[in-house]
Amino acid sequence: MKTGVQKIVEKYGKDKTRLMDILIDVQTEYGYIPHEITVQIAEDLGMSEVDVDQTISFYHFFSQKPTGKYHIFLNNSAVANMMGRAEVAHTFMKELGIRFGEVTSDGLVGLFDTSCIGMNDQEPAAIINNQIFTRLTPFRVKEIVRDIREGKSIHDMVVADYGDGQNSSDLIKSVVANNIRKIGPILERNFKPGQVIEKITKMTPEQVIDEVKKSNMRGRGGAGFPTGMKWEFCRNAAGPKKYIFCNADEGEPGTFKDRVILTERARLLFEGMVIAGYAVGADEGILYLRHEYKYLQAYLESILKVAREANYLGKNILGKKGFNFDIRIQFGAGAYVCGEESALIESAEGKRGEPRDRPPFPVEKGYLDMPTVVNNVETLCAVVKVVLNGGDWYKSFGTTESTGTKLLSVSGDCKFPGVYEVVWGFSVNDILDMVGAHAEDVQAVQVGGPSGAIIGPNEFNRILGYEDLATGGSLIIIGHNRDILSDIVLNFMEFFIDESCGSCSTCRILPTLLRNKLLKILDARGVKQDIDDIVAWGKILKASRCGLGQTAANPMLSSLKNFRHLYEKKIQKNKEYDSGFDLGQAVKESCEATGRVPNF
Amino acid sequence: MSKPIVATTSLAGCFGCHMSVLDIDERILELIELVEFNKSPINDIKKFTKKCDIGLIEGGCCNSENVHVLRDFREHCKILVSVGECAIMGGLPAMRNGIPIRECLEEAYLNGPTVVGNEEGIIPNDPELPMLLDKVYPCHEIVKIDYFLPGCPPRADLIWEALVALVTGDEMKLPYEVLKFD
Amino acid sequence: MSQFVKFTIDTIECMATRGQYLVDAARENGIFIPTLCNYPGVKPKGSCRICTVKVNGKLMTACTTPVAEGMNVENESAEINDLRKSIIELLFVEGNHFCPACEKSGSCELQALAYRFKMLVPRFPFQFPYRSVDASHPKIIKDHNRCILCKRCIRAITDDSGRSIFAYRKRGIGVEVVVDPKLGKQLTDELAQKAMDICPVGSILVKEKGFNVPIGARRYDKSPIGSDIESMQISKI
Repeated sequence: MKTGVQKIVEKYGKDKTRLMDILIDVQTEYGYIPHEITVQIAEDLGMSEVDVDQTISFYHFFSQKPTGKYHIFLNNSAVANMMGRAEVAHTFMKELGIRFGEVTSDGLVGLFDTSCIGMNDQEPAAIINNQIFTRLTPFRVKEIVRDIREGKSIHDMVVADYGDGQNSSDLIKSVVANNIRKIGPILERNFKPGQVIEKITKMTPEQVIDEVKKSNMRGRGGAGFPTGMKWEFCRNAAGPKKYIFCNADEGEPGTFKDRVILTERARLLFEGMVIAGYAVGADEGILYLRHEYKYLQAYLESILKVAREANYLGKNILGKKGFNFDIRIQFGAGAYVCGEESALIESAEGKRGEPRDRPPFPVEKGYLDMPTVVNNVETLCAVVKVVLNGGDWYKSFGTTESTGTKLLSVSGDCKFPGVYEVVWGFSVNDILDMVGAHAEDVQAVQVGGPSGAIIGPNEFNRILGYEDLATGGSLIIIGHNRDILSDIVLNFMEFFIDESCGSCSTCRILPTLLRNKLLKILDARGVKQDIDDIVAWGKILKASRCGLGQTAANPMLSSLKNFRHLYEKKIQKNKEYDSGFDLGQAVKESCEATGRVPNF
Repeated sequence: MSKPIVATTSLAGCFGCHMSVLDIDERILELIELVEFNKSPINDIKKFTKKCDIGLIEGGCCNSENVHVLRDFREHCKILVSVGECAIMGGLPAMRNGIPIRECLEEAYLNGPTVVGNEEGIIPNDPELPMLLDKVYPCHEIVKIDYFLPGCPPRADLIWEALVALVTGDEMKLPYEVLKFD
Repeated sequence: MSQFVKFTIDTIECMATRGQYLVDAARENGIFIPTLCNYPGVKPKGSCRICTVKVNGKLMTACTTPVAEGMNVENESAEINDLRKSIIELLFVEGNHFCPACEKSGSCELQALAYRFKMLVPRFPFQFPYRSVDASHPKIIKDHNRCILCKRCIRAITDDSGRSIFAYRKRGIGVEVVVDPKLGKQLTDELAQKAMDICPVGSILVKEKGFNVPIGARRYDKSPIGSDIESMQISKI
C-alpha cells in the first residue's frame, strides 16, 4: 500500500495543490481512503494530517470507510423521486439487505445517497463504480444485484443498448441518452474543428475581446456576468501567469445540458477555451469536471489528444509564435458549492471547496492567486460561434437584454424531457407547449433549480431572459398530482443542508432550522407565526458569503410567495402558539429504556 | 384594587433562582406589600387556589411531571416568566441532551463511579415515578413564555426590576451589569 | 491617488488609509463594528457574518471589505442590528453554550456580544447537538460544545513549517474544528496559551488552570464589548 501511495503522490509531482487528484486516485484504487494513507499523504506532501483530512472529509465521494467493491450512489433529487425512486431504493435495500450508508457484511456492495447526478431526464438513475445506470426499475435493480453477486464487470452489466451519439462510442459505452430535442447555433452539427483557431491567429486578443463584447453575451452559468468584460478585466490584470477555467461542475439539480455538450460538442468547448486563453493571455486551461461525469473521462482525454495532434492545443498553435495553450481535466469529488467560481478554484487547488471573500475577484486573483477566468461550458461554446460569425450575428438572436440562445434542461412531468436550445425570449407557456406539457396539467414550474423560483400558472406568461426570468437553464415541470411542499420544497431544503460548506454561520445553521419549520407545518403543528418566522429567517441568509447561502431559503420563500395557500391550508387556524412539543413522543425513549408504559 | 398574584415553581432547577428572589434583601418586605403569593415553594401552597397574574418558572423540563406543572402554570397564570438559564436554555441538566437515555440511566444507576449497593442492577421504573423526556427542554419550547430573565441565577436586582415593572406596568430597566448569563 | 479615502458610516464622516479593511477603518474613527471571527493580525475570513454592514445598499462583511472613496456604510440601523443579533442567537442555539460552567464566561466575545445586543433568549430552537470534548492533548482541551467554528485558531496557529494544527472537518451543519493528533501533542506552552487567547469562546482551554480571575471582575463584566472603541469617538467630539 505504501509504495502504491508514493507512486500516486509522485505522479502529481508531490504538489500539495494537486491533492484532489491524489485523493481521487487513492479512492479509485482502494475504494476508500484509509487513515494510514491519509497520514502517509500528509507526510509525503509536508502537510499535517488534519490538513489532508479537511479536504477528504469535505467531499461526498471521498470515504474514510470501505465503500464496497461495488459502490452504488442512487440519486435522490426531487425529479428522481417523481420518477419512482422510492421503489427503486426499496428494492436495492431489500435485495442487498442493507440500508443507505451501509456496506454488505461481505464487503461486496455499498449503498449511498447522492444529490442530482445530471440525469434528470432519465431518472431514477444511479452511479455504480463511476458508470451511470438510468431509468431504473425494481426489476432492473434485481438484475443489477444479481449481476453484482455473479461478479460481473460494470460494463457487462449493461443490458439495454447504449445511448445515442457518442454515448455508444468505445470510450464511453454508456446507456445515458442525450435527449437533444432542439438544436440551434450552439448544438448545430456543421462545426468544423480548428476553423475558429485558424481565425483567431489572424486577430489580436483585443479584437477577439471586442467581438465578444459586441455580442453582449452574458455568462450562461446563471449569474449572467458579461463575458467580454470578464475577459478584459483578466487580460488587464497583472500576473505572470493566467488561467482559463471551464466550470463543468453542473451541480444545480435539474441541470444536465453541460453533460450533453461534453458528450457531443467537446471539441467546440475546448476550442472555446483556446479562444479565451488567447484573448486573456493564458496558456493553461483547466476543465473542472464534476465527479458524477467521470464516465466521460477517457473520451474527453481522447478529444484533447486529437486536438494536440492537430496543434489546436500545445505550443505555437497553428504556427503562431508564442500562442501556447493546453488543457487539463480537474475532477471534483462531489460538492455542489464548487460550482461557485471561487470555491471551484479552491477545490482545484486541492482544498475544501469553500467560496472566497470578494473582492478580490478571480479575474484579479484566482487560481494560485493568478488572474483567472471562470466560464460556464455553454458560454465557452457560444464564444466560438461569436468569433466565427461575429457579434452582430449573435445579437440577431434573442432579445436586447438577452442575446443569443440558451440551452434548457427540461425534466419532470412532460412528454419530452431533454435538452432544448432556444433563443431567449420565449414564455414559459411556449416552453411547456414545446416539451409536451399542457399548461392546464401543470401545477408549477421550478425555474433555475432549487436556488431559483417556483412559479404557478399565473406567471407562465413570463419570459425567459435576464430581464425577466433569468435561469441557468433548468426547468422542472410539476404536475397536479405532486405535493409541492413535501415532494419538492422539502427535498430542496435537504439538498441545501447537505451541500452547505459550513463556513458561514448563516448558511451552516439556518437551512436546518427552516427545514424543521417546514416539517412542523407538514406535521400539522404549524401556526401563523411559523410562516412569519420562515420569511424573517429566510432573509438572514442573504448575509451569507456566496450564492448557495444567499439562495438557500429560496425553495421556501419562493413557494411561500407563489403557493402561500399550501402553507395556510396546513397551519392551525384556532391556535396562536404551538411549540410542536409532543409529550408522548418525548417520553418514548425513556419508557423503552425502563420498560414502562406511558401513564398519562 | 387587589394585589397582583404571583406563583412560582422550580422544575429541573436547583432552587438557586428562588434563592436569588430572597436575595432582594429588605425589599422582600416591599414585595409582600406589592403582591400576593399563591402556589409557590416560598409559602408551601401546593396547588393553585385561584388564577394568578404572574408565574415565575425556574428550571427546564426534564420529565413528564415538569411538563404537567409547566402546563398547569400556563393555564393558571396570565404572564409566565422563565427565570434563569435552566428555564431559558435547559442549563446544567441539559448537558445530558444528545446522549441516549439508556446510557444516562446505566451511568447513573449501574456503571457510574458513585454507584453503590445496587447489586440487583435495578434502574428505577416504578409507575409512580415521572418519566424522563428524551432531552431537557427549555420552557418556551413546550409552552408560550412571555418574558425571560437570564442568569445563573439571575441577579436579585434583575428579578426585582422585572417584578416591579410587571406589577406597575412601567418599562423595565436593563442596566448592563444585571444582564448576565453566569 | 491620495493615500487617504473619505467615506461615511451612518452619515458620520470618516477618513481612513486606502486599502484598510472597513472594520479597522471604523475602529480608528471611533466606530465599533462588532466582529467575532476577525482577529487583529490574522487574515480575515468573513465566516461569522456578524460584521455585516450595508455598503452602498449591499450586504458586505466589514472585516473583508477594503474602504473606498465615497463609500456609504450603514452600520447601526435597526435592520443591521437585528441581523447581527439573529446571528449571535444562531450561534447560541447551534452549539451547547452553558455559560455558568464556562471558564471563559465574562471574557467570552460571543457572550459579550449577546449582552451588548441584549439577548434574553434566542428566537431559534436550541439544537442540543451531541458534541464531544477532546482532552487527549497534554496542554489543551478542545471542547466542541462551545466551538463557534470561526476559524480563528485555524488561521492563526500553525507549526514552524506552516502545517495546520487546527482544521475544519466535514461540512455543513456537521463541521467541526479538530486538533491534529500529532501536532496537538507537541504544542508548546506558548502556542497553547495563544490558542486559548485567540479563541473567542471557551472552546480551547489550557489545561490545569482556571478561574484565575473571579467572575464579576472579567473583561466584559462591567462594560460592553466595543465601548472602548466608542469612547474614542465621544472624546473626539
